[in-house]
Amino acid sequence: MAAVRLVGTPVRRREDPRLITGRATYVDDVKLVGMVHAAFIRSPYAHAKIVRVDLAKAKAHAGVLAAFSGADLHAAGMTASLPVAHKMPDLKTPPHYPLAVDEVRFVGEAVAVLIANDPYIARDAAELVEVEYDELPIVVEVEKAMAPGAPLVHASLGTNVAYAMPLRAGDPDGAFASADVVVKQRLVNQRLAPVPIETRGVVAQWDAGAGRVTLYSSTQIPHLLRTQLSLILGLPETNVRAIAPEVGGGFGSKLNVYAEEAVAAWLAMRLGRPVKWSETRSECFQAMIHGRDQIADCEIAAKRDGTIVGLRARILANLGAYHQLLTPVIPTLTVLMAPGPYRIANVDLEVTGVFTNTMSTDAYRGAGRPEATYLIERLMDLVARKLGADPADVRRRNFIEPSAFPFTTATGLTYDSGDYAKTMEKALQLADYPGVRARQAALRAEGRYLGIGLSTYVEVCGMGPSAAMPAAGWDSATIRVEPTGSVTVLTGISPHGQGEETTFAQLVADELGVAIDDIAVVHGDTDRVQYGVGTFGSRGTAVGGAALKLAIETIQAKAIKIAAHRWGADPADLEYRDGKIGLRGDPSKAMTTAEAGFLAFMGDQLPPGLEPGLDATRRFEPPNFVYPFGTHVCVVEVDAETGKVSVERYVAVDDCGNVLNPMIVEGQVHGGIAQGMAQALYEEVVYDEYGQLLTGSLMDYAVPRAEQLPHFDLDRTVTPTSVNPLGVKGVGEAGTIGATPAVVNAVLDALAPFGVEHIDMPLRPEKLWKAMGTRSNGKVSV
Amino acid sequence: MGRIELEVNGTRHELEGVEPRLLLVHFLRERLALTGTHIGCDTSSCGACTVLLDGKAVKSCTMFALQADGRAVTTIEGIGSSAELHPMQEAFWAQHGLQCGYCTTGMILSAIDLLRRNPDPDEVEIRTGLEGNLCRCTGYENIVKAVRAAAAAMAAAQPVREAGEPPKSPGELLEVGGSR
Repeated sequence: MAAVRLVGTPVRRREDPRLITGRATYVDDVKLVGMVHAAFIRSPYAHAKIVRVDLAKAKAHAGVLAAFSGADLHAAGMTASLPVAHKMPDLKTPPHYPLAVDEVRFVGEAVAVLIANDPYIARDAAELVEVEYDELPIVVEVEKAMAPGAPLVHASLGTNVAYAMPLRAGDPDGAFASADVVVKQRLVNQRLAPVPIETRGVVAQWDAGAGRVTLYSSTQIPHLLRTQLSLILGLPETNVRAIAPEVGGGFGSKLNVYAEEAVAAWLAMRLGRPVKWSETRSECFQAMIHGRDQIADCEIAAKRDGTIVGLRARILANLGAYHQLLTPVIPTLTVLMAPGPYRIANVDLEVTGVFTNTMSTDAYRGAGRPEATYLIERLMDLVARKLGADPADVRRRNFIEPSAFPFTTATGLTYDSGDYAKTMEKALQLADYPGVRARQAALRAEGRYLGIGLSTYVEVCGMGPSAAMPAAGWDSATIRVEPTGSVTVLTGISPHGQGEETTFAQLVADELGVAIDDIAVVHGDTDRVQYGVGTFGSRGTAVGGAALKLAIETIQAKAIKIAAHRWGADPADLEYRDGKIGLRGDPSKAMTTAEAGFLAFMGDQLPPGLEPGLDATRRFEPPNFVYPFGTHVCVVEVDAETGKVSVERYVAVDDCGNVLNPMIVEGQVHGGIAQGMAQALYEEVVYDEYGQLLTGSLMDYAVPRAEQLPHFDLDRTVTPTSVNPLGVKGVGEAGTIGATPAVVNAVLDALAPFGVEHIDMPLRPEKLWKAMGTRSNGKVSV
Repeated sequence: MGRIELEVNGTRHELEGVEPRLLLVHFLRERLALTGTHIGCDTSSCGACTVLLDGKAVKSCTMFALQADGRAVTTIEGIGSSAELHPMQEAFWAQHGLQCGYCTTGMILSAIDLLRRNPDPDEVEIRTGLEGNLCRCTGYENIVKAVRAAAAAMAAAQPVREAGEPPKSPGELLEVGGSR
């Protein structure tokens, strides 16, 4: 009887029982004997000299154990900067101390920390810390930061420009000169806050006897965190243990090494007591990385038939005040992905990274690719409008055709596989595109404004080949077949909602013929799991899953040797069939992996020279990135009286290659679309001209609620990749990348009768209402 | 310092030395070690800390512990266990209504309260009914599905009520969960 295959089926998540019953352990749930609580004192100024930090009153407060300023940390030898990972030779990298030493550069920068035996007392005492500041000139916007004579965020650098990356290919000037139409547009990708519902948090424990520090942190990268902490703290790496317990959402924001992590570990060592820090939401808005924040001045050149011949973009990326882990790298992805799924041979692109007196930007879901997709997809619609063409036709004309893969873009990437037209035609069919267009025309005649928006995206993920990454791009997996036949999987990735405890177990269950309940997938503890790189960049399955596949193959190969010896057969005649070892031509012979594992444990019936035990650790080094793609279609109605956008229909057809668990894949797409739609319609981090954060709480920052989002209709095509042995691409970020331009294109399509060509996000009602009122002048041409 | 008597998940507690400013959520998490109630914001916006107070959903970050004196609190730990899931927990699992799980416990309690008030909500009623709870992972798509599925399961498990009879009490709902 053939075993029922689990891969490809919607197996319920094995993570869920502990989560739905409230029995999971997030960082804030960790309690250790003798634990004390840290509170950070943060700058209320966007740019100022620190004149004096007076901790005396705070230290005198009952229940306060200690307090330290940035200068105190320096004096105690804690002088390392927080890390930035990059391979940019000319990058300007200012020092970035965990606590500011003599100058603060954004609102929310930590200047001091205190420790009390109770979190309430810690916060009371934080109010008693007196910091005297001498205000310095502030610069918040990138264009002002680049102007001559602008205030310098880091005076020692002599400039606010951290780097510039130009990328020119083909003959862009010739292409623009010979084009029939050129469209110019300035596109702003507003700053966003990632807002995982669990904020950051840390518990640090010092084992004085062993000289080891353990850091529980809400992180996506426990091993990278361990490495960096060992460097910052000056401890051997073996004396640092990082644990990512249950992590309540990341979206890139926890792909970092934060000041508070380093300080908490240092405090635990200094005080000899476990130290907990739980971030408040207000702190999280100020001091967790932000995403996006790019201004792109774009030009696109086309022939009359819609063929795109050239693309120009000058992109200014607001980096914030300091480099966090990947701050400078993220905007470079925008340039690389700017051509999207289209054949565009002539490009003239440049991204400039600029320091300002704001929190750092870094990886937020999509990380550089949503900006690229927004750029090219808005431009495609603007070209279509200029030519009076259907936006779908303009896209059809320019898609890289399926036979062209692997396809090397003008920006130097090699797209692995794709069939872009296929997802678009499927999405258009699902959305009844001709029908909706007809309805749009009919409704316009009634003074109702329906809009249809398309986004055909390709994204780069499965991060990634080590040669193309700022640090290691591989990942790892260990499989141990235990004596009783249960299987332990140790994965180097660090899932926090993506469901690999389930999908990885599905894969192992099928390939090794083990019941899924007999498989434990372990992650997130550097003492238990071999080095791994982590979960980000839609890499979990494409890299970590691929490593697991390699480990499965190694286990199978050894199990076959064991069985062959037992049967007195040639290993070459054995194979895995439906999860069991079989002998070709002899259906009576069968051995389970568990039986082979037991023989491997007993050790007395093994072929000469074969080591006992049945386990394997493998690493997968991706030869390339993977490039998922898809088409999203959004149908909106904009109320001319109020400017309110109602999303009537949302169709997404995505292609992430092979699928291990369709339920989980769809869940990733749902959440991704929600975040992309949130950028289009609702969310925006706002700093005023003094660098004050105006969107510092969930009262001001508009994370959408259930009623503000529609139902999503999903479908998919399957175009496997040959980049990894599973044929999978990534799916974590696809929804976010595809959604934003689909929604914006839909709204602007609705506003076409008003002659409105572009409005910057978020498309809040007042902006739309004003645009409609201003342009219509009482008369609307239909 | 105050003294409170309250019932939490069916167990009576009498506690001395409760600081008047202690929030209910911290009381539950720190004094009673019921860490399934989460904290996601400081403005009563996210709903991660939702518990049932005398059967009605409240945000436990918006109440002092002393205000729960004489009341009955139900947290996520009190509605079901892995062995005996409440139909709402079962539905969230079956419909993949969670990813990171952080908002989930509060979301489940809000959804239970929603069905107490409206045992058969449509999609719009579910979406508006859960407006006090933020989720960043799911886009709410499968949460809506889960609440629909739970409503159907709970209706099927419930004897038909006479017209005019008051809506289901949380106690009845708990029995539904417990009897599975």
